[in-house]
Amino acid sequence: MTTPVGSVAPAPPATGRGWRQGEARTAWLLSAPALLGLAAFVVAPFVLAVVFSFTNQRLISPLPTRFIGIDNYLSTFGDPAFWRGFVNNVIFVGIVVPVQTGLALFLAVLVNSKIRARVAFRTVYFLPVVTVMATAAVTWTLLLNPSGLVNAVMGVLSAGTFSPDWLGSTTYALPAIMLVSIWQGTGFQMIILLAALQDVPEELYEAAELDGAGAWRKFRSVTLPGIRNGLIFVVTVTTILAFRLFDQVWIMPQIPGGPLDATRTMMLHLVETGFGEQAIGRASAVAVIFFVLVLAVTLVQRRFIREEAGG
Amino acid sequence: MTSSTRAHVLQYAAMLLLAAFFLFPLVYMYASSFKPDALVLSDADSFAGFLPTPFVGLENYADAIERASVFRSFLNSMIISGGIVVLGLVVNSLLGYTLARLRFRGRTLLLAAVIALIIVPFEALAVPLLYLSALFGWLDTYHVQILPFVANPLFIYLFYTFFLNVPAEIEEAARIDGAGPVRTFVSVVAPLARPAYATVAILGFLFSWGQFLWPVMVTRGIDVRPLALGIGTFKTTPPVQWGDIMAYGALMTLPLLVVFLLFQRYFVQGVASSGVKG
Repeated sequence: MTTPVGSVAPAPPATGRGWRQGEARTAWLLSAPALLGLAAFVVAPFVLAVVFSFTNQRLISPLPTRFIGIDNYLSTFGDPAFWRGFVNNVIFVGIVVPVQTGLALFLAVLVNSKIRARVAFRTVYFLPVVTVMATAAVTWTLLLNPSGLVNAVMGVLSAGTFSPDWLGSTTYALPAIMLVSIWQGTGFQMIILLAALQDVPEELYEAAELDGAGAWRKFRSVTLPGIRNGLIFVVTVTTILAFRLFDQVWIMPQIPGGPLDATRTMMLHLVETGFGEQAIGRASAVAVIFFVLVLAVTLVQRRFIREEAGG
Repeated sequence: MTSSTRAHVLQYAAMLLLAAFFLFPLVYMYASSFKPDALVLSDADSFAGFLPTPFVGLENYADAIERASVFRSFLNSMIISGGIVVLGLVVNSLLGYTLARLRFRGRTLLLAAVIALIIVPFEALAVPLLYLSALFGWLDTYHVQILPFVANPLFIYLFYTFFLNVPAEIEEAARIDGAGPVRTFVSVVAPLARPAYATVAILGFLFSWGQFLWPVMVTRGIDVRPLALGIGTFKTTPPVQWGDIMAYGALMTLPLLVVFLLFQRYFVQGVASSGVKG
């Protein structure tokens, strides 16, 4: 940049009718590629999913497609496997979102302090994010095997009383999946919160110090309000991603779905229905239910967070 | 010891412990990729798991490459991720810029629509997309793995917020010099937005490189399959050669690692200056 920004006087609007008309045309021209992509690959399939969910559409079938009303929804809601996935999803989100956000915030605060080697620590915490989930899942499967390293550590901590067959157990399979997910995802949230932390004005901390505020008090009254928007973003995105849980539950257990469906999720159910059974109509119903659920949770969350902050 | 040094020591202890938690699976993976297959599992319960001994050199890597046609999959992954990232940078930044800077009828509505689309999970679209892909004969191709991910509402939004923060005076100056919106964008605004481009490129590369669900659905043979799916071939064809699997995993992670370490400065900067942090 050679133009000294400061020296430019408040610029006269570069208008003129011709320019303005040209601007609208240019705008649509520049937008066209992205809009086409969104229309073809997001909007169209979404509309199609809604349509399919009311039909008996199959991936490949000699039979003609028929409108069957809400049958797909009824059979989905009557399917214990779907509910199993739903409950697992809710448990997963309910635990992973707060734990992961809390841990990410803790990490962000740690690497935001002015200490030696903070960049090295930040890089290390972020490394799992740049590991492909499929790879991480296989590695963790080994570490979580009954005589693996996780149990070696657990054995020491619990004096030999606790060494479950993580992925083969109906009780511990889902927690094991949570552990891997948190391990892989936290670094990303940390970076976002770190950026938010660095935006909190230093003066606010100094003012709080003058008022005699301790570390905790400063965190509560300066840091948390200062990074509110970052936190909202992190919680919202983590929630959506947590609902989408699929890769780990597909790869890690011996059979997809885990022992007695202990790790079945809605996405796994959708893939098995749509791809495995090729019942596209029913899978579309699952997709629509899933979308409505995530939308509802996101809206409730936003509203809740807003009110919380306003009150 | 004063209380501040004690706090310091405590903080370092916490940070080291956490570093160990995030590092140990990776160390285990890389160490295992250099040792005999049989020892990978049996060493998994002790510190031996973290040492590449007895060292077998690149033997596992050679095996993995031979067994899973790594070169082919690697090339496929590069084509797919490269296509998504490069096309995505152009397309998404153009719309982001348009929404942030140009005045035209329908702009507000368009912006609201883009934001609403952010929450549509891809998984909810996968089934009808699969149907459409089959209908158009797109199965087992590169473009079926690239085109659906080029236009990305989240990335459009990131560019939008970034461009909003570029001081308007800079652009006005270019306009007074007679540059139209396109030239202003290409020669003035886009170069300023390097951190935003870097952030979106890294995020796009990360998301696309590890993609699993969609390739499982739309590809069958290895001809166009990306690397992430190759790991499955090891588990299905016995005997399980854990050393090979770990070598494969290490190979698959390497490009991401390189990209991240090269661009991490820009990345953190980009996150800080864009809308990601809210």
